Amino acid sequence: MRYAGYVLTGYAVTAGVLIAYAASILRRGRRLSRDVAPERRRWT
Amino acid sequence: VNRLDLPPEHTGSPRSRVLGWATIVAMVALALFGLVFSPPAEDFSDSVRLMYLHVPTAILAFVCFFVTAFGGVMWLWKRSVWWDLVAASSAEIGVVFTGLTLVLGMLWGKPIWGAYWVWDARLTTTALLFLLYVGYLAVCRLPAEPDVRRRRSAWVGIIAAIDIPIVHWSVDWWQGLHQNDTISRLDPTIDGLMLFTLMLGMVAFALLYLWLMVHRFRLAWLEEQAEAAFLEQALTERRAEAGPGEPREPIDTPDSTEIPV
Repeated sequence: MRYAGYVLTGYAVTAGVLIAYAASILRRGRRLSRDVAPERRRWT
Repeated sequence: VNRLDLPPEHTGSPRSRVLGWATIVAMVALALFGLVFSPPAEDFSDSVRLMYLHVPTAILAFVCFFVTAFGGVMWLWKRSVWWDLVAASSAEIGVVFTGLTLVLGMLWGKPIWGAYWVWDARLTTTALLFLLYVGYLAVCRLPAEPDVRRRRSAWVGIIAAIDIPIVHWSVDWWQGLHQNDTISRLDPTIDGLMLFTLMLGMVAFALLYLWLMVHRFRLAWLEEQAEAAFLEQALTERRAEAGPGEPREPIDTPDSTEIPV
């Protein structure tokens, strides 16, 4: 593959950033869920 | 109380899990088609593979900021906290997508243009868009009365959206290095497996945006609830210190326990 370094870096950076961002949202959601009353977090 | 009757201690739900799995499948398929199955382009060789990420992140960033501006308009009209949370959630995701767009564009630019960055109109206006919405997120976090903060951020989100059409038409208004649109005029300049991979990228990133929006919105809702609970507790303690006889003041909290996402 030509320009393999640039292409693979692009895919790796994209995957890394998106996974890290998604994980941070889920982690913060879990932490905050414990502080909020159950009746205020019924996802419908 | 049966633990199974309580809501889960996270931002997930059965529907969001289905959406999440669909996103993962689409992303894996995109990686396979983008890196393995699709052919190199005649003119740009294998660097075209970066376009399967760069174009969807750029277009979805526009969608994110449009939703933010729309949410701002709706908040100014309806004064519903729901729209403020939608706007802020979408802006944060848009900043992530715009950052990726810029990095992927730089990785494309180095082998094709010979430089990671040039002060081309499309690049410059996109960088400006990124900075504008980083500023929007900062305004959302400025300490102020909730309604003042929401009004400020709504206006910033609406005004910053003026840059979206400027970014889009910058390649037509100022002839620079950045190529013209590839797919937006229903007359795509690529075809076959390359076009399919690009469309797959659009679907995969649209699913990702929806999944991120659901979870980011619910997180924003939880943040709002936790802040209101903290204020309520602080006021209760103040009243207890002051003794009986002080009038109770209402707390500014979201008015519904049903979260329509």
